[in-house]
Amino acid sequence: MSNSTTDIDAMYSGDGFHSDPPLITGDLSFHDITEMVSKHAEKKTPFAWYVAFGISSSIAGLLLIMIAYLFWNGIGVWGVNNPVGWGWAIVNFVFWVGIGHAGTLISAILFLFRQKWRTSINRAAEAMTLFAVMCALVFPGIHVGRVWAAYWMLPIPNQMEMWPQFKSPLLWDVFAVSSYFLVSLVFWYVGLVPDLATLRDRTKKVWRQKILGFLSLGWTGSNRHWRNYEKSYLLLAALATPLVLSVHSVVSFDFAVSVIPGWHTTIFPPYFVAGAIFSGFAMVVTLMVVARKIYSLENVITINHLEKMNIIILLTGTMVGFAYITEFFMAWYSGVRYEQYAFINRATGPYAWAYWTMMFCNLIFPQFFWIKKIRRSIPFMFFASIVVNIGMWFERFVITVTSLHRDYMPSSWDYYTPTAVDVLTFVGTFGLFFTLFLLFLRWVPMVAISEVKGVMPEADPHFYDNHGDGHASTAAPTVTPNS
Amino acid sequence: MLNNLLRSAKASMSIYEPIKDDVYGVLAEYPNPGALLHAAEDVHKAGYKKFDTHTPFPVHGMDKAMGLGNSNVGYFCLLGGITGLSLAIWLQWWTGQVDYPINISGKPFFAFEPSIPVMFELTVLFSAYAAVIGMLLLNGLPRPYNPLFYSSSFSRASDDAFFLFIAAEDDKFDMEKTQAFLKEIGGTNLEVVHDRGTSSDGSEGEDIDGSQSPQEAEVLM
Repeated sequence: MSNSTTDIDAMYSGDGFHSDPPLITGDLSFHDITEMVSKHAEKKTPFAWYVAFGISSSIAGLLLIMIAYLFWNGIGVWGVNNPVGWGWAIVNFVFWVGIGHAGTLISAILFLFRQKWRTSINRAAEAMTLFAVMCALVFPGIHVGRVWAAYWMLPIPNQMEMWPQFKSPLLWDVFAVSSYFLVSLVFWYVGLVPDLATLRDRTKKVWRQKILGFLSLGWTGSNRHWRNYEKSYLLLAALATPLVLSVHSVVSFDFAVSVIPGWHTTIFPPYFVAGAIFSGFAMVVTLMVVARKIYSLENVITINHLEKMNIIILLTGTMVGFAYITEFFMAWYSGVRYEQYAFINRATGPYAWAYWTMMFCNLIFPQFFWIKKIRRSIPFMFFASIVVNIGMWFERFVITVTSLHRDYMPSSWDYYTPTAVDVLTFVGTFGLFFTLFLLFLRWVPMVAISEVKGVMPEADPHFYDNHGDGHASTAAPTVTPNS
Repeated sequence: MLNNLLRSAKASMSIYEPIKDDVYGVLAEYPNPGALLHAAEDVHKAGYKKFDTHTPFPVHGMDKAMGLGNSNVGYFCLLGGITGLSLAIWLQWWTGQVDYPINISGKPFFAFEPSIPVMFELTVLFSAYAAVIGMLLLNGLPRPYNPLFYSSSFSRASDDAFFLFIAAEDDKFDMEKTQAFLKEIGGTNLEVVHDRGTSSDGSEGEDIDGSQSPQEAEVLM
């Protein structure tokens, strides 16, 4: 064997393996990782999956019924009134788009920051992004009243010789969310190609080989291919990072660009982005806590991964809470009576119950995560992640409804109550989300196999070197047995 | 001339022509990424040009070991970005100022400030898709037919095996010498891969060495 590796050695001397705890526990080989992840996409479908799929697809069916009912009868079946012209539809839209943010954040921003722990969760989180954005896109699609004219939102040449109004934040939204969906989709698929090749090479069934062979594009793991692949993945991450921050900023413009007291603020873009990451990570925790148990992936998605996500929840939750308090300060400091009233009304008015639910769930409750023991407790983090998502739904409700229900003219004030159709439509989107997620768990490797292998110490070529200088041989962390 | 250019372009995508007797190249297995990296260095130093390594994950330092430069995907991405940005500016200007001007509260028909969100989104969208399309073009993907799939052990390249492949098309390729060389630098499980031009006969690559099964190739510590 050659000894001429000193220059490459120098490149990798500071690779961070020395101090970090192992990312993958349980003393697994590369083949073990392949087995562990891909067997779930290959084995016979378990009965429990059919049960779960039956329930979630029935709930998704409920969504279809509610949408059909809405189309037949019109927007009047919802609780919206005057002045609350925007009700649960926009609340749910912003909620689901927010959920969708964690996936791309984990894939893109953590990739750029070389956070190797992301590899265990990024595949499922990206899938979650896609499905959440699909759920979100339902609402702008159906809320327009005249659904058959929804295509007016897109710049399609038509016989009316009419174009969309590009000065409207609602149109920016169409571009932002659809670009986000398309980029997330291609990012997810590119990451999936090597793993689909793994599944293709393992299967004995001809029809599976054909489908997987088509989808994996003839991938052979060639280094000439990996070179371009890694570059394009890096570029996608670099593009998706500002995109993720822009999408919720643009969503916040829907509010911030108007003149309604409580909406017209410059804090909205960063505050919406922080809230989106907060709720998205909470949803990732909810899903991963369950999935790692059912699919016995505890060695790949370790408690350290979950703890890191909880730290991000704590951080973003505190940022969101800080924004709530800043809004109050700015309302007072602006000296605008309408603005001041809007905020006092939020905390003490008819929707105070929603406001304090939001405050408790988003600002106060995540503070428990300061304690390491609680942060690493599976039951607690599962409960907390659900509390956070309830809180974030209420945040969007508070922003939308409390600002609208008492605007400039007391004569038009009204109280908004949702109808059963509102509630069931929202419940139905959860059915759609879980149906898609279950299909994903069934057919696709839910952990990025090639990426997890790539962060294992054995993947470093210098793991095998021993130059006698003590540096390369200690580069490998001691792999602790599963504890 | 043109043929040679086309051949070298295809070689950069890891697509090679078979030489006589349908011989596509020689495939050797190495026990771990470290051994493969050293082997690739040796092969590169020995003057081989048309060779490739196949691994289940990208091995860091391999580009340098194989003597490959930086990837060109970035240029595609830049081109896509410029296209997206131009399209967004043109779309908003032409629809708002030229084709369908509407006076809303006296706002200008076209201005850059309210056009920035759409400009940004289309720039990102086009760059991202250009990066992916560029990656596929430079890699020669999708490529459903690949003679390497005839090999009996190659399916493990996407699992836990590390292969080095030298194409028969390479100027330095010599059936005996190349195999001896690959063995000398630690290769096991040597296989001559044939390009039969069809996948219907179902026959597998010829196992000429057979001395070591993949299972015996233990991880060298």
